[in-house]
Parts: sequence; C-alpha cells; structure tokens
Amino acid sequence: MALGSIRHHRILNHRADRVWEIAGDPARLHEWFPGITHCVVEGASRKITLGNGLVMPEEIVVHDDLQMRFQYRITAPLFTFHRGTIDVIALDESSCIAIYTTEADPRAMALVVAGASSEALVTLDEMLTNDVSLERQTH
Amino acid sequence: MGRKILLVTTDQQRFDTLGCNGGLLSRTPVVDGLAAAGYRYERAHPQSVVCMPSRSTIITGQYPSTHGVWMNGVPLAPDAPSVAEVLRSAGYRTALIGKAHFEPFLDPFARFAENRVIDPDLLGSAGSGPLRGFEHFESAAHGAMGAFHYARWIATHHPEAIGMFYRVLDAALEVNAAGGGATGAPQVHDNVIPREWYHTEWVADRTIDWLSGIDADEDWFCWLSFPDPHHPWDPPVEEMHRVDWREVPLPAGYIEDPAAREHVLADKPRHWMSWYQGDLVSNYEAPLDWVPATMTADQVREVNARNAVEVELIDEALGRVLAAIEAKGWGEDLDVIFTTDHGELQGDFGLLFKGPYHVDGLMRLPLIWRPAPSSAAVVAPSSISRPVGLVDIAPTLCAIAGVAVPEWMQGQPLPVDDADADRRGHERVLTEWDSELFGVEVHLRSICRDGWVCTTYQAGHSHDGTEGELYNLAEDPLQQVNLWSDPSHAGLRSDLLADLWDHQPLPSRPLAKAQAPV
Repeated sequence: MALGSIRHHRILNHRADRVWEIAGDPARLHEWFPGITHCVVEGASRKITLGNGLVMPEEIVVHDDLQMRFQYRITAPLFTFHRGTIDVIALDESSCIAIYTTEADPRAMALVVAGASSEALVTLDEMLTNDVSLERQTH
Repeated sequence: MGRKILLVTTDQQRFDTLGCNGGLLSRTPVVDGLAAAGYRYERAHPQSVVCMPSRSTIITGQYPSTHGVWMNGVPLAPDAPSVAEVLRSAGYRTALIGKAHFEPFLDPFARFAENRVIDPDLLGSAGSGPLRGFEHFESAAHGAMGAFHYARWIATHHPEAIGMFYRVLDAALEVNAAGGGATGAPQVHDNVIPREWYHTEWVADRTIDWLSGIDADEDWFCWLSFPDPHHPWDPPVEEMHRVDWREVPLPAGYIEDPAAREHVLADKPRHWMSWYQGDLVSNYEAPLDWVPATMTADQVREVNARNAVEVELIDEALGRVLAAIEAKGWGEDLDVIFTTDHGELQGDFGLLFKGPYHVDGLMRLPLIWRPAPSSAAVVAPSSISRPVGLVDIAPTLCAIAGVAVPEWMQGQPLPVDDADADRRGHERVLTEWDSELFGVEVHLRSICRDGWVCTTYQAGHSHDGTEGELYNLAEDPLQQVNLWSDPSHAGLRSDLLADLWDHQPLPSRPLAKAQAPV
C-alpha cells in the first residue's frame, strides 16, 4: 500500500467568507463537486452518493469556521486511508485562495478524488461568479 | 454512394507481430492479405506511446501537445475536434465499437461521458451513444469489469465468466504484478473463458451486428477497436495450443546475457536502468511491484506466445467482419486501415509493458491501408519506408471520404508510395512523452527522419535536461548503441534537434490536470 498526497488550489476573485459559505457547508458539497449527486449530513457523519449510484460514508473531522478549514475522511472500504482538507485563505478583501488537499491510500484513489476536486474548485468559482442573487445579498 | 471505411485498431501491438512485417510467430493471413493489396508502412510511429494520448491523436488528427491529453489520466476535452464528427456531418453513418479510452477508465464518480454511456441505473437498457461524432458506441476493455458494454454483456449473459479474467489491478489499485501461466510471468493468466465469450469475438460480433442495420446504399465509417493484445495476456486457454511457448524463439531485442543487457541499459538515460532494477516506475501501467531484472527467458517466451495467440484471434475476428462486409456487397467500395495505438517492449532490453522509452518496440507500429478496390485512386500495392504517424490517420479518413481536411488536423493523408511521400513532405515523425505522477516527472521529445531516431530529455525526476538517445536505424535496428554522446555524431544530433524543435506542435488549450492514473 502507498499513500498519495495531491493538492490543488485556485485563486478566487471572491471574498473568503462568501467562498466559505459554500465550501464550508458539508451539506452543499454536491452543488460543486463533480460526480456527487446527493449528500446527507447527520452530526459528524456525511453520506455522499456518487454518479454511479455508489454511496460512500464519510466522517467529518474538522469543521472550523474561524480558520475556514474543513477536513473529512471517506470511511468506505475502498480506502485504507483517506483525508480531504479544504482551506480557504483570504488574500485581501476581495479575493482568496481555496486549497483542496487529498491524501489517500490506495494512492490511485488520491489521484481520482483530487482530479475531481480540481474541477470542483472551478465549479465553485463559477457558482460564485454566476450567483447574482448572493452577490446582491452581500452588498 | 461513396467509399465505406473500416478503421481497425488493436491495442499495444508491435510491428513485428504481423506476417507481412516479417513476423514468424503469429499467423495473420487476413491482415497480410490487406497489405498485399494495399499500402504497408514500414516506419509508422505514434505521437505518444501510451493509450489515451495516442487514441486522442487518432480521433483528432492532432499531437498530444495540441489536443491536450498529455498523459494517461488526462481526459480529452469534451469539445475536442473529432474526425468522426467530420464524417458524420458529411453524411456518413458512424460507429466506434471496442476500446475508446479518450477519458479515464478509473472513474468512480462517473464523471466522464465515455463511462456514462452505459447508465448503471438502467440495468439492461444500456445506451449506445452518441459519443464524439460516433452515432453508435459500444465499449470494451481488457476484462469483464468496469463501465463497458462488454462487461455488462458478460455480467448479464455469462456472469460465471467475470472471475475468469486476470485481475488487472491489485487490492492497492496498482497494476497487478501477480504472475501466472507456466512461468509466473506478470500479467499472464490462464483464462478458461470460451473463445466465443472473449472480447475479441464480442467486438467483431457487435461490429457485424451494427453493419447489418446499415442500408446498402449508405456510407459508413466504423472504428473497430480490439482491446488485445494489450496485457493482461489472458487469451482463452483453449486457444493456447496454437503456440507452444517452449518453442518460441527469444525476440531479437532480448539480450540473453544479463551483463551485456545491463551494459546496453547503462548507456541509455538513467531511468532505463532504474526501472530495470526496480528502483523507479514512471508509468502507472507497469506493475509497481515487478522488477524487470527478475524476468526469465522463459517468461519472455510465454508472454510472446500468448501475445501471438491474441494477435491470431484478432486476425480471424477481422476476417469474420470482412466476410460480413463482403456479403453485404460492400467489398469493392471498402477502405480498410489497420493499425494500433502503440507498441509493447515484449522482452526488448529485458523489459515488458511500456513507458518513456522511445525505441522501436513501442514506436514502430503496424500500419496497413487497403484502399477500396473500386477507388480510382488506387495505385500499385507498395511498401512505404518514409516516416508517417498516427496523426495522419484522421486526414486520410477525410481524404477517403472526399471531404476537405480540416485546418485543425496536423497530419496529412498517408502517402501511397515513397515518391508520393517525398512529394508531399513526409520527412519526419514526432513523438512526445510527458508524465507527472506521484512525484515522478519525465519529459521526452523524439524525431525520426532520414533513418535516425533522436530523443531529447527535458529536466525531470531522473534527468537534468542534457540526456538523450540517438540511434542509426539501419546499422542498429535494435537501438542498442546510443550515439547521443558520440562526438562524431554531434553535428547530426544538433541538426535533428533543430528540426525537432522547429516542428513542435503548439497547445490549443490550457494544460489540463490528470484526473486518474489511467
């Protein structure tokens, strides 16, 4: 077994708190992460449903609104180990950097999850850019 | 009514596995017959020596740097151009049956269209396209697992066969190093599946079925894409009587004496020896837990025997498809192109599989074009020695169909003889390798022209950017003498590199990230 660790980031021209509003809400993951059709949060547990119908259980490890850090573990048997980390760091008053880190064993799954996470960051950016109503609410 | 087009590809097949190319192990009368009646290319190279980039080159007519699939696991963009779309727009019926692999196979999120054609929520009602200009798409890969039509067919009709195939990935989702057969060679397995259930037969059957629904006066383009003879080497065991592995001669490229073998490897850039000794695997498709230096001569024999059986089964399956086409009355109007996506080391230098190694085992491909006998363009059958590439396939398909070659295609229609090649500037063929996987980064650029192959390495995990390979194909057909550092060839090397960089293709889109290992 081998651990894979892959990090993707994207600079977003949106306020950090606006990004965190979505990225930091575990119940909204399916809105921006490709291939996830549904997710349900119950306490520190989350169940995600994949595009192929597979349901994967997850454990929420860290949900820190101050640091704007979210960490979770996929606990499905497919993984010997998994830890996903989403960090949102303000760059200035109108932009931030979102970092999505995936560590997994088998390492092949790190590449697969991280590949989707890179697309997720793009989707997140587009959601915020297109979300006129949210923009209006915050001004 | 125009010409009908059958593009036949195999996966990972060497030039020397066909009888018409001098191969003695496999009997390939069908492809040999096509070669005898058409054009046989002696120096056809892929633009990448792994599946996804190479297949993306076939469908787009572009180099990997341009279409953007720079390594396995990088998906071809959904809006990438497609020769199938060009032909469909020209009125052709279009189908791709067999292995596609423009998008990653390992796709648990079902993100990619290729894997969503079969809707797992609709058991028993599998979709069949459209996909990238193919109105009809039925998929197959190397076994009975995954989101493929063949896997669905096996699960539905012959579920007992699912476990008969070799398990391509191990429990750690690495390419399996487990050995089998008589010699314990990696990715070798005794598959007790009946021949008629094997994917080679299924791909031919489905092609015949699709063609049966085409009206006699319709034009059609079918990409018949066999998953074999790519590893795992697990053809139906009932067919193994064809080739006794004990009697298989060792390949010319296999250096029996380990000291001599290691001397040759030591003269190449260091990732060659690193892989051989098990210190570095730079391509996911080579088993992580297998050390090439441990491979025995008998294992090389057995791998070659099984490969030969798979090649024979393909030849016979193609024969069935051609007979069905003949029975429909299309024989005189049929163009057939036969090729593969890349080669296989298959024992050369004591190595198996593939990776960043730009030598004939991986780069010299079988390529045959048998034009429609009724075509006015037919000239005498010939062998073409000038360099051509898979990038030339899509423009050739356009030429056959009588449609203009789109500007976005970077190749040109295949020449029909050497004089034609010279007239139209088929001087060189380029091949690229880029990979960045789990901290290992490798970048190669190669040119083949005037009987030489020259490869330059850019800085990466094992290279500082000064390394390279230079081979004289006439005097050193096995590429065992690296002249890169030979002062007497410095001028030639410099000229080849200048030509290589002068003709580098440009990217057409931002660099995409890998989404999966394969």
